[in-house]
Amino acid sequence: MSSTRILKITHALYLLLFFVYLFLPLIFMSVVAFNNHPIPQALPWKGFTLHWFGELLQDHRMWESLTHSVIVALAVVAISVPVGLAAALALTRLHFKAKDLVYALMVSPILVPGIVLGISTFLFWDTRMGVPGGLWTAIMGQSSFIISYCMLLIMARAQRFDTTLEEAALDLGAGHGRVFWKITLPFLRPAVLSAAGLAFMQSFENYNTTLFAIGIEQTLPIYIGTQLRVFISPAMNALGVIFIVLTLAGALLFELTRRKEDSHA
Amino acid sequence: MKSLALKRSAIALPQGPGIMGQAVAQFGTLGSLIMGSCVAAWLIFMVIGPQLIALDYSFHPLLSLEQLGGPDDHFTLKNYLTLATNTLHRAVFLKTIWSSLLVTVLALCLCYPISFYMAQTAKPRTLSLLMVGIVIPYWINELLRIFAWQLILSDAGILNQSLMAVGLIAEPVNFRAGNTAVIMGMVYAYILFMVFPLYNAMESLDKNQLQGARDLGASRLRIHWKIVIPHAKPGMAVGCIMTFMLAAGSVAAPQLLGSPSSFWFTQIIYTNYETANWNLGTAYAEVLALLSLIFLFSMLKLFKLSLKDLL
Repeated sequence: MSSTRILKITHALYLLLFFVYLFLPLIFMSVVAFNNHPIPQALPWKGFTLHWFGELLQDHRMWESLTHSVIVALAVVAISVPVGLAAALALTRLHFKAKDLVYALMVSPILVPGIVLGISTFLFWDTRMGVPGGLWTAIMGQSSFIISYCMLLIMARAQRFDTTLEEAALDLGAGHGRVFWKITLPFLRPAVLSAAGLAFMQSFENYNTTLFAIGIEQTLPIYIGTQLRVFISPAMNALGVIFIVLTLAGALLFELTRRKEDSHA
Repeated sequence: MKSLALKRSAIALPQGPGIMGQAVAQFGTLGSLIMGSCVAAWLIFMVIGPQLIALDYSFHPLLSLEQLGGPDDHFTLKNYLTLATNTLHRAVFLKTIWSSLLVTVLALCLCYPISFYMAQTAKPRTLSLLMVGIVIPYWINELLRIFAWQLILSDAGILNQSLMAVGLIAEPVNFRAGNTAVIMGMVYAYILFMVFPLYNAMESLDKNQLQGARDLGASRLRIHWKIVIPHAKPGMAVGCIMTFMLAAGSVAAPQLLGSPSSFWFTQIIYTNYETANWNLGTAYAEVLALLSLIFLFSMLKLFKLSLKDLL
């Protein structure tokens, strides 16, 4: 056997192992969701059931935490995208002495563990502002670092913006508001949209910051955490299967639209 | 992201109007006002304010409501010193550092080959398939991703059941004792944060450069050591920084996969939070933040990079 052949086989084997490592746990998790066994385990197989899905969908705390998650995520998007946009514009378009320091301050929330943000946000609002832990503190804690992500995303595009376009419009008599809505924002649109998507996902997924900031309320990840530690039931596996199915559907949809665009191009 | 940072610093600073003048000229008075208040509100109410309050807490003793403002309510280093004097806390802290480093190194070793393959060898079709394959597990909640490992590693889990069925073991092995399960779960949970920075950095490497080195007879190892690794430095630094920070600050993995013998530093913080000892909990959280920043700056030093090369 030639050495390139051996190399090819090693490559293929490594890829295979890598993806087995990625997907096997998820496959086991899904199997458990359909196993008619009261304790979450794949073996022994006690027969196929949809019981755990029923149990999950009937749990009103799941629906309540899901509603909270959606509210918080929408609020985080509504705060993070405009503030991230403002910060991105300030950093790319203004020149000032302390810029490096301000930049470091602005990215600092993504460089420290989420638990630190959660604790400090909770303390700040609870003790100094008279707002006890709840959805508001969760929104504040999550936004503190999600704004940084939005800022970085929008900045990457804002740096390629040709400011002479704005100058020309201003010279021709357009107001600043008009220039922003008609020229600046349309150019930044793709980055702003991906920032909104990223902000929603980051918020919806967040556990560490929320756990410490939210007090006794629950978002979906906090609910999952409590269920997994306290009430051990395969209903959480059913939830996992729902996540997997939604993700696969999303990936498929993405791939299909991409191919459609490719064939048009 | 590196090239953008370089572009930004390459713009010459014009000596002219101050920051206010520049803002008003470009965005108008109202626009500048809105922009300024957005950024100020973020930094004051979400970044600086909370951090100052947390620091203030961490430097004060735990007091009852009546004692607040009294003679005992004074600046103290006691909370921070507890970390040095409490042997359990100190041991858990050191173990958390060591284990997080291990998670980082394991993730780097696991992800380096796949990132290189994706960036340099894979054909476009394979690449998009690999991308989707790697991203899919990350759309599933982190807690559920980690929980999947509990199903494999617990006493009644797949691994023990299979080994017993084959007859290799008679009694279930406690895989969750010690840190093995927690470390495995973390490597699994944070792969994406290592793969993407590595892939991004390696992707911009010119294929001709590698071909040239190969034609001149350089060995595979030498090509990686002399060309790929130096080129991928910023990506390696970002991947390691993110993975270390996520591992050291992880709450879910030790909660779901840990055993009493694998206590994590975040769990001590959480226990203090549950018992309302904010002062000690906050001091420990600040130590954790400091640890992440120390790691960040050591990586920058090691790879000879600046913060702007990373983000």
